[in-house]
Amino acid sequence: MAATDVEIQRERDEGAGREARDPAFAETDDRQRVTPSIEFRDVTLSFDDRVILDRLSFTVRKGETKIILGGSGGGKSTTIKLILGLLKPDSGRIFVDGEDITEHTEAQMMHVRKKIGMVFQEGALFDSLSVYHNVAYRLHEQGVPEEEVEQEVRRMLRFVNLEDAIDKMPNELSGGMRRRVGIARALVGGPKIVMFDEPTAGLDPPTARTICELAIKLRDLEDVSSIFVTHEMNNVKYLTSEYAVVNDAGEIAFEKEGERLCLVNTKVIMLRGGRILFEGTDESLHKSPDTYIQGFIHGHGKER
Amino acid sequence: MNFALRALLEVQETALLAARAARRLFRRPSYIPEMVSQMDVIGVGSLTIILLTGFFTGGVLALQTYPTLKYYGAQDQTGRLVATALVRELGPVLSGLMVAGRVASAIAAELGSMVVSQQIDAMRALGTDPVRKLVAPRLVALVITLPLLTLISDAVGILGGWVVSTQFFGLASSSFMAAVWEGLTTDDIWGGFVKTTAFAVIIGTIACNKGLSTEGGTVGVGRSTTSAVVTTSILIIVADYFITRGLQIVLGLPV
Repeated sequence: MAATDVEIQRERDEGAGREARDPAFAETDDRQRVTPSIEFRDVTLSFDDRVILDRLSFTVRKGETKIILGGSGGGKSTTIKLILGLLKPDSGRIFVDGEDITEHTEAQMMHVRKKIGMVFQEGALFDSLSVYHNVAYRLHEQGVPEEEVEQEVRRMLRFVNLEDAIDKMPNELSGGMRRRVGIARALVGGPKIVMFDEPTAGLDPPTARTICELAIKLRDLEDVSSIFVTHEMNNVKYLTSEYAVVNDAGEIAFEKEGERLCLVNTKVIMLRGGRILFEGTDESLHKSPDTYIQGFIHGHGKER
Repeated sequence: MNFALRALLEVQETALLAARAARRLFRRPSYIPEMVSQMDVIGVGSLTIILLTGFFTGGVLALQTYPTLKYYGAQDQTGRLVATALVRELGPVLSGLMVAGRVASAIAAELGSMVVSQQIDAMRALGTDPVRKLVAPRLVALVITLPLLTLISDAVGILGGWVVSTQFFGLASSSFMAAVWEGLTTDDIWGGFVKTTAFAVIIGTIACNKGLSTEGGTVGVGRSTTSAVVTTSILIIVADYFITRGLQIVLGLPV
C-alpha cells in the first residue's frame, strides 16, 4: 500500500462524517442533512435594465453535486458570486447551511466564506505569491503555526497531485496546473461546500478529466456539497456516470455507473436567460424534448 | 449618466474607501509586514527620482533667480528664495507629482489587474478584506513616506541651489546658508507636512479606488492607470492652492 493511500485512509477515518458512504444511502440517515447546503429562493438580479437572474430557486443538498449548465451570459457565474456574497441579489433569499445570508454585511460574510471553497475560472492565483503561499493563504491569514501550514499545504497539493510545484510561481505553471493549485487552495481548511466556476474551460481533455475526477473524489469520499458550473458536456458525463471508491487495496478507483442501479449524487440544472430551463438527472436531460437543450447537448442548432 | 454626476459618484466612492480603510486600520489581524513592504516599494523605490528632481529643481531656481536678484543687488538672498520656494511649494508639489506618476500608476495597475484576473474576488472568497489587506497598507505607507521624501527633496534642492550659487555664480557659501536659515521658519516645515500628508491621502485613495473599480479586462487596467495618474496630479495642484490659502489664514502668514 502506498504511503499516500494510507494517509488518505487515515484522513477518512478521522474526519467526522467523512466516511465514504455508499452514495445511495447518503441522504436518508442523518437528520441534519435535511438542511440543504445551499438554497436559492426566488432570487432576482439585474444590472441596469439587463436581467441576469429571474426568480431563480434551487437547492443543493448535503453531499450533493449540482451541475449548472448553460451558455455564456446565462447567469452561471453570477449564481456562484451570489453564494459567496460577492454580489447581492435585488430580491429573493439565499441560504448557506440554513443561514440566511441575503442581508449579511461584508464582515458577517467573512464568517460564511470560511465554510466555502471556491475554484475560479482561470484559477485566480495570487501572482505575487508562490504556489506554497497561495495554497497556504487562508491558513496564514488565520495565523496557523507554520508547521501545521506546511503539513496541510503538502497534503492538499498531494490531493491535486502537484507536490513538485510547491516552490514555483504561478506564471511558471500551465493552465491545468493553475486550476489544480486553485482547487488545492480552495480545499484548505476542509470546506464542506465547494464551488467550481468553469474549472475545465480551455483545458485539454485529459487535464479536464483530472479536474472532474477531483470533483468526484470530493463528492464521494469527502462528503462535500458542490456546485459545478460548466458548459462542457463531457464534464457532465464524467460527473454523472462515475463514482469514486476506495478498493480493497486502499486505492482510489473510479467506477462507471453502467447498467447497475446506482444513484450518483449529482443533478443537473440548465440555466437560460436567468431562469431554470431544466432540472433533474442527466438521463432526463438527455431525454428532454426541448430544442435548446438538445442543441446544447449535441452542439448544434445555434439558439435564436 | 452625465459627467458631473459621475464625478460626484466617484468622489463619494473614494471618500467611502478612505473611511473604510481608516476604520479597518486598527482591526486585527493587522498587516504590518504589508505596510513595511509597501513603504519599501513606495518610499525607498521613489528615492532616486525624488533626489534627482529635488537637486535639479533647486539648481534651476538658483540659476534663474540669481541674475535678477543681482540686478537689485540682493544676490545674498538667493539662498532664502531657493529655500522658501522649495520648502513651501516646489518640494511638496513636485514630490507629490513624481510619486503620483510612479506610485499611483503602479497601484492602479496592480489592483486593476488583480480585479480583472479575479484575484480580488478570490481574496474575498478566502475570507480576507481587500481594503484592509491592500488599500490600508498602501495608504499608510504613502502617508508616512511622502512627507519624508519631501523633506529629503527639500534638503537636496537646497544643496542644488547651493552648488549653482557657489560654484557657478561664485556666491560665498556662508552668505547662501545664512540666507537659508534666515528665510526658513518652522511654519514652513509644518505647512509642508500638512500638504504632503494631504497629497499622500489623495494619491492613495484615488489610485486604490481606480484600481479596485476597474472594469473591462486589460483595456480597463490601462484606463484606470491613466485616469489615476491624471486625477491625482490635477487634484494635487488644486489641493495645493487651497491648502496654501488655508495655512495662510490659520497661521496668519503675510499674504
